[in-house]
Amino acid sequence: MRAGNRWILVVLAATLLVPSLMAKGQKEAGDKSRPYAGTTVRCVFPVHPWTDGVKKMVPAFTEATGIKVEIEELATDPMSNKIAVEFNAKSTNLDVVYVRPLNETKLFGLNGWAADLHPYVDGDAAFDVKDFADATIQSLTYNGKLLGLPTTTEHQILYYRKDVLEKAGLQVPKTLDEMMAVAAKIHDPANGFYAMVNRGKKNIAVTQFSSYLHSFGGEFNEGDKALIDTPEAIKAYKYYTDLLRKYGPPGIVNFSWPEAAALMAQGKAGMFTDADAIYLNVVAPDKSTVGDKIGFAVFPAGPAGSKPFNVCSGAIGVGNFSKQKEAAAQFVKWMTSKAAVMELQVAGNSGARKSVWANPESTKSWPKELVEVVNKSNELGVGWDRPRVINVTQARDIISEPILVGFEGGDVEASAKKAQAAFQTLIDGEKK
Amino acid sequence: MKTGRMRGGTPPAAVLETMQANDWIEKHVRTLFTLPALVFVVVMVAFPLGYTVVLSLRDWNLTTGSAPRWVWLGNYASLFADARFWAAMGRTLAFSFGAVAIETVLGVAVALFLNREMRGKNLTKTLFLLPMVATPVAVGMVWLLIFEPTIGLANHMLGLLHVDPQPWLTSRKTALVSLMLVDVWQWTPIIMLVTLAGLAILPRDPYDSARIDGAGPVQILRRITLPLVMPTVLVGILIRLIDALKTYDIIYSTTQGGPGESTETLNILGYVLGFSYFRMGLGAALIVLFVLTVTAVSLLVLALKNNVDRRVGW
Repeated sequence: MRAGNRWILVVLAATLLVPSLMAKGQKEAGDKSRPYAGTTVRCVFPVHPWTDGVKKMVPAFTEATGIKVEIEELATDPMSNKIAVEFNAKSTNLDVVYVRPLNETKLFGLNGWAADLHPYVDGDAAFDVKDFADATIQSLTYNGKLLGLPTTTEHQILYYRKDVLEKAGLQVPKTLDEMMAVAAKIHDPANGFYAMVNRGKKNIAVTQFSSYLHSFGGEFNEGDKALIDTPEAIKAYKYYTDLLRKYGPPGIVNFSWPEAAALMAQGKAGMFTDADAIYLNVVAPDKSTVGDKIGFAVFPAGPAGSKPFNVCSGAIGVGNFSKQKEAAAQFVKWMTSKAAVMELQVAGNSGARKSVWANPESTKSWPKELVEVVNKSNELGVGWDRPRVINVTQARDIISEPILVGFEGGDVEASAKKAQAAFQTLIDGEKK
Repeated sequence: MKTGRMRGGTPPAAVLETMQANDWIEKHVRTLFTLPALVFVVVMVAFPLGYTVVLSLRDWNLTTGSAPRWVWLGNYASLFADARFWAAMGRTLAFSFGAVAIETVLGVAVALFLNREMRGKNLTKTLFLLPMVATPVAVGMVWLLIFEPTIGLANHMLGLLHVDPQPWLTSRKTALVSLMLVDVWQWTPIIMLVTLAGLAILPRDPYDSARIDGAGPVQILRRITLPLVMPTVLVGILIRLIDALKTYDIIYSTTQGGPGESTETLNILGYVLGFSYFRMGLGAALIVLFVLTVTAVSLLVLALKNNVDRRVGW
């Protein structure tokens, strides 16, 4: 190599070194106020409007703390499977995890997978853990340990096309019977317009079915007693599947919420019952062609009244095997702080902080109708949207079978009886 | 080694040492050269398999938080008593044998068609190979769109032929067959490729004598080409069968075993038992049975191949 070339190399190497030296200097200078600067926390989160909101807030967090954040996004089911698999392998680089309280609090608690957050939040007046709705904290507590901090609350509501109902001269349905009647009138499959869209896919449909079940006066289980073949439950199964078989799009059995919300957003569906938390997917201008024509209503009443679910659907916690729990806890606290929940709620994600809900600013940008519907749903709501057992996924698989049979036009009652037996066996097995 | 020094009596100690070392290496060269591969196989294959077998003898339910306990063959017994297991077994075999049978017929036919001098032969071959190099999950996504009941390409094409739209992946009756179709689309080329290779090395003499004896093209195909190329085709079938039995990605990325359990093969059920229901021991037992099934099928095909080889005189 010629001498000249060698010099070029030295200069190049030096320029490469300078920024890293500077970075090192910065880190040392900020050490006291930013004790975890330079670390990277890895998060596993679901594809969800809440995650979109958090991603926008990460730069500010990194700026303030020096902690870098990596977010992996997956569809909800693969996400929680992935988390369970990694926890099971005692993975040390699973720092921040998404917790669905009704699915995972027991599982994570029993196995000691999620770290207790009490040491990080107790005595922190500015964070004020008591500000979260009590039920949400309860749903995340296992044996006195706080396994996550609530991020989202969800209520099942009715989305509908104002213009379509208006044109047909129809009122917004207040009961399930009215909803069926409205569906029959606006259904127009020949022109690619379907009156009703909901979740239909296997166990994913179960949570959204819960509001129907409860409004018919049914229940998944009461303690150790499975209840999915009661007359109320069978009526709910029949209603849900009749509605979608007659007035839903083809292929409903493969619909999760993204497919259903997309159909609604593309103006191809008339009504949709799902969580309020995904309303941006239905109305946001970048996702929807009919955003300004979408109305919101309280979940229609069944024989037992209107019983939409009102649940803490998501939370974030810290992996118990993580090597940087402090940094992870700092991230979790940041994203559930009053300021962050406010920012997220303003962006359309209903949080669980009482002080934020009390502040009208937090929902100022929301459609006014939606705020009213959410407040009303808060009063009516049932606090669970899935069977209250340990093996939630398996129970949901069992409970979803009569839904599939109903979609096929089969014997729902016989299927419910069969599912009931399987569900009871599952519950009995858990008692041992 | 410098030969100059060697000539003058005993070599110095250092050189002697080197020579001894060389001797040792030479003596153990077989062991030494295969050692890395051996270590790899032990670490990556034997250990996980052994661990799975051990796991399959224990009851380990993550949802209860209790420690694993020995149940010996208990997990196997509960699988044998479970209708869901047998249904998955039936589906796995139906999917694999069904798909591979179609692939074999199509693959051999295409190979016979391409096995001659023609314009654009290489281009055609390359086009046929494209599905094989695509990532399975991406393939799954694309087919999910093709099979979409309202706007999908599949029903659009059927519409052009005045055939009623089909539910494809959204009905228990058609989902498994639709997935077989995807497998056929993706993997027929490998049978074609293997068959082409077999055709290329066929001896010329039988053809010449057959033609002299006045055999027609159909006779030549039935009596000479197919029997002679059969051993090679069977290798392709074996590779494909093992692969088809193991299919996971296509199914998971499209139906995840649904609607209901209609596309739940052994692999998918194993995943569900292990990672959705957290029954680790039960999942492991299922995987052990699955490995045994794949082995049994492979041995069967190998026996068939030996039989054919003997008849052809290979």
